[in-house]
Amino acid sequence: MTELPASTQKKLGLVIDLDTCVGCHACVISCKGWNTENYGAPLSDVDAYGADPAGTFLNRVHSYEITPAEGPAQLVHFPKSCLHCEDAPCVTVCPTGASYKRQEDGIVLVNETACIGCGLCAWACPYGARELDALEGVMKKCTLCVDRIYNENLPEVDRQPACVRTCPAGARHFGDLGDPDSDVSKLVAERGGMDLMPEQGTKPVNKYLPPRPKQDRAEEFDILAPFLEPVAEDPKGFLGWLDKALERL
Amino acid sequence: MAHTQPAIDLSPKVSDEIRKTTCYMCACRCGINVHMKDGKVAYIEGNRDHPVNKGVLCAKGSAGIMQVNAPSRLRAPLKRVGPRGSGEFEEITWDEALEIAVSWLKPIRENDPEKLAFFTGRDQSQSFTGLWAQNFGTPNFAAHGGFCSVNMAAGGIYTMGGAFWEFGQPDWDHTKLLMIFGVAEDHDSNPIKMGLGKIKARGAKVIGVNPIRSGYNAIADEWVGITPGTDGLFILSLIHCLLKAGRIDLNYLRRYTNAPVLVNGDESSPEHGLLLRDEDGKMLVLDRRTGKPAPFDDPDVVPDLAGTWRNAGITHRPVFQLLADRYLSDDYAPEAVADRVGISAKRIRHIAAELARVAFEEEIEIDQPWTDFRGVKHDKMIGRPVSFHAMRGISAHSNGFQTCRALHVLQILLGSVEVPGGFRFKPPYPKPTEAHPKPHCGVTPGKPLNGPHLGYVQGPDDLCLKDDGSPARIDKAYTWENPMSAHGLMHMVISNAYAGDPYKIDTLFMYMANMSWNSSMNTSGVMKMLTDKDENGDYVIPRIIYSDAYSSEMVAYADLILPDTTYLERHDCISLLDRPICEADAAADAIRWPVIEPDRDVRGFQSVLVDLGARLGMPAFVNEDGSAKYKDYADYIVNHERKPGIGPLAGFRGDGSDKGRGAPNPEQLNRYIENGGFFVEHIPDAALYYKPWNADYQNWAVGMGLYDSPQPYLFSLYAEPMRRFQLAAEGHGDRQPPEHLRERVKTVMDPLPIWYPPFEDGHVDPEEYPVHALTQRPMAMYHSWGTQNAWLRQLHGRNPLYVPTKIWEANGFCEGDWARVTSAHGSIVVPVAHMAALNENTVWTWNAIGKRKGAWALDEHAPEATKGFLLNHLIHELLPPKGDGMRWANSDPVTGQAAWFDLRVKIEKVAAPEEAQPAYPPIKSPVGQGPQNLAWKVGK
Repeated sequence: MTELPASTQKKLGLVIDLDTCVGCHACVISCKGWNTENYGAPLSDVDAYGADPAGTFLNRVHSYEITPAEGPAQLVHFPKSCLHCEDAPCVTVCPTGASYKRQEDGIVLVNETACIGCGLCAWACPYGARELDALEGVMKKCTLCVDRIYNENLPEVDRQPACVRTCPAGARHFGDLGDPDSDVSKLVAERGGMDLMPEQGTKPVNKYLPPRPKQDRAEEFDILAPFLEPVAEDPKGFLGWLDKALERL
Repeated sequence: MAHTQPAIDLSPKVSDEIRKTTCYMCACRCGINVHMKDGKVAYIEGNRDHPVNKGVLCAKGSAGIMQVNAPSRLRAPLKRVGPRGSGEFEEITWDEALEIAVSWLKPIRENDPEKLAFFTGRDQSQSFTGLWAQNFGTPNFAAHGGFCSVNMAAGGIYTMGGAFWEFGQPDWDHTKLLMIFGVAEDHDSNPIKMGLGKIKARGAKVIGVNPIRSGYNAIADEWVGITPGTDGLFILSLIHCLLKAGRIDLNYLRRYTNAPVLVNGDESSPEHGLLLRDEDGKMLVLDRRTGKPAPFDDPDVVPDLAGTWRNAGITHRPVFQLLADRYLSDDYAPEAVADRVGISAKRIRHIAAELARVAFEEEIEIDQPWTDFRGVKHDKMIGRPVSFHAMRGISAHSNGFQTCRALHVLQILLGSVEVPGGFRFKPPYPKPTEAHPKPHCGVTPGKPLNGPHLGYVQGPDDLCLKDDGSPARIDKAYTWENPMSAHGLMHMVISNAYAGDPYKIDTLFMYMANMSWNSSMNTSGVMKMLTDKDENGDYVIPRIIYSDAYSSEMVAYADLILPDTTYLERHDCISLLDRPICEADAAADAIRWPVIEPDRDVRGFQSVLVDLGARLGMPAFVNEDGSAKYKDYADYIVNHERKPGIGPLAGFRGDGSDKGRGAPNPEQLNRYIENGGFFVEHIPDAALYYKPWNADYQNWAVGMGLYDSPQPYLFSLYAEPMRRFQLAAEGHGDRQPPEHLRERVKTVMDPLPIWYPPFEDGHVDPEEYPVHALTQRPMAMYHSWGTQNAWLRQLHGRNPLYVPTKIWEANGFCEGDWARVTSAHGSIVVPVAHMAALNENTVWTWNAIGKRKGAWALDEHAPEATKGFLLNHLIHELLPPKGDGMRWANSDPVTGQAAWFDLRVKIEKVAAPEEAQPAYPPIKSPVGQGPQNLAWKVGK
């Protein structure tokens, strides 16, 4: 019901490195802090000190266990926020035009004054990346910190999303994924960056870098054996080796 | 409808002002930018210029705004009006509160100072609180190190003059292989993540040794799911493999360690096993040129490891040969240890080989000449790019001290300490044990203690014993039960005071220590000890004063509450005299300052101590005429001098340009604020590595006031102070261990690292209790003292017991089930969850999520209070009685560190109860309950 722009000049988005993310939630809370104080209505917390606290978050970290056929189980930390899809179903489903994709950079935003809180967009998003704020009754989602990335009141180095600026492990990267020469595009090419659920046809802009293969498996072990060749068979032989080795020094 | 976009403001005003101070949600102490709007805190982010965090900030730091507005903040001094533990208080004025405190403390100080026990939990001002306690004159002072990680600190300092965390860090920029042991979220939080990010970006390898594959271990390239409490045995097996293959750095060992130092081989001598010294007290090494002993620091000496020295019919061998004898033994062969550590022999060999390959085949060189303490010039800095990090996971066991020693010996054998790519010290470390004070316990009523409380013993003469041989300290630190207890034993204070063992006290004074809940072993028992009365109807522990900023569980158990400020409302110094924030490349310190003023009748605890010190007439806090020496803590920070020219802060001294040494500068705090809240002084390039032996570093450190003279020293593969205790246990000397401890001292005070099973294994039937039970803190709450934070509790408001697949299936558990978990000491009933990435005999949960009803301004139905639980109920501060009438502490026998992770349990499925068991009645909240909803926007 709301049209997407025919094309966007840039495709700003995030590249999230699942090999490096330790699941610390720094991005989650930095996002919560910035976006509570800034763009639109505050991200509220219902029953904040009660039995069933439920707040609005634009970014959450999930953890998944993977048990491979061989080798021990693994744990992957998976931060998830709006992926700023090129074919964003949350926009096209919006009955009021409140949800829109910016023509200049591709950021998907909600115009809160036009949002009626109907929740269609959250239903349409296959990623579960939108949350209706319980107190304000408007739809909240990642803005890619649109009020930071161009903000002339911030030093240039800080003109990036709050989650990227704060990530202690450096697992989050921000840039133009429409430009093949950008750092983020190169990183995606180098590390085999992936779309989340490409079968949904939403063409997400954000990319995930997969965890590198683990080295947990026993059969890979033998190649290093030469590094442990004994220098002697008994204590006396060891002293003899020691004496010769010292002489060489 | 057609695409349209509204005009939005892309450059909104971010804040009126940024105030730069230091975070205090954990022990990391990152620099923060506090964005202010209309005088209120609007947003907190990391300070890019700060040496610790360089702009990044963790979840806790970013949630600081919810810490500052927390409904659990205490509002005014409180006097108990109901029974202890009820939470019934009345608010009183500060004048009344301080008068009460003085009326209790003054007679104690004048008559019997040891009747005060002053323990300061998660204190970040120990050089100050220690000075206060010393001036009071009580021997009973420590912070929380004894129940945290003293094994790591002491194991490192006795081996190499520093340990991990605040003592040093991996060379993140050069290391090619990082091996972490028992590291969950741990000291230090953001720098480890930043470092892992650097390593990952370079494609270097991380090996994680931990029974639980979460957090850092989840991103490790290789995970070693070791059996808890066996890390020492695994490490000694790695040492066996490396020695056997000659994959050790002989050049490093002979130059920089006590490997070539001769050991007295005369079995009949009272000095048997001590290091040989010349008349000047210098250690003697065997000189390869002459075959004769020579002082270790002789510039021409060529130290030998292979020879021996025969004198007067006695053969003296170098340390290295004793070490090789021990670890080349097949007892440490991978095949011999594999079953116990839960790692295959093949895997152990593989890891040893990988360490060897990276250390010796991927050697790195930095083109930087340097000069060592013998005056020898070196063209380059050679590095072995293997690094290690470990913390509580290996140290919170009853074999933790020796395990930490073993790990340090491993990295020293590889030649990877203080070299490019290895482990690096942060100023004021390296610092040998001899450069630390010794512990003091000399009490004179009405006068200060005869010296600092905590320090490093060199032998039995330094123990804190009374003339009759009984413990001088209430926590029995520095006794034969735990001779090297460098951080005290906070976890034993209440138990010992209650038992009157070694003596009774009058007043327990604590700060930021939740001893009636998650900071104690045997939580239910501690609650009873705090509330129990004697035959006269008086409390067994007569008086309790407590200071906290928040309505924690401990508040209800005190008689007088001195409410502290939040971290944004106070002055603090993160001092080089204490636990500084230095990096391997620089010395640094920092301040906190009131970026907002309290809106409650609360005072910074340190300022309250300054006031109390003056009211009690303590020498460091009064002028000659008896008037108060300092107005408040800020005044102390600026004007106190520990030695002439050396004060709590190293930066901007004198006229503002002096660094390290200089006269007090009345403008110092303003200069810190202008500089972003911190001071940093970089180490010259030629002094960046080899710090213990680097003449340039030693001279720089003297200039900075870190040492009074150069202190070059050798690393102690062989820890001679330990041998002195063994000698006593063998019958030498006047100061003798009690008979019941003699054999144990002989065994555990071995000067070369040993491994023995955790004590609980010997006291508890491993067949009946086959499962290891651990805790860790979530990253978003690590080292913080409250999960009342409205944002963070939404991340970690629940703590099921995570159960590995084998146990999950054996019990037929399903999602939503509950289990009874039983140890030799107690039983709890808790919710369970399945986790496959876990050692198959280990269960674990998040620590300190469980809260007492009525605490932290939470609803009594909060999941933390109904489903949250503590493993603490299963862990006793004492081992099960042996029938000998003795109280055996559940602690490391060398340092007294609380052995939290020795715990063994059994598990059975039970019907879901109403709530987690044991459940306690609510305590009355002195602050009420938090608001229903939050929508916290301070700007318009």
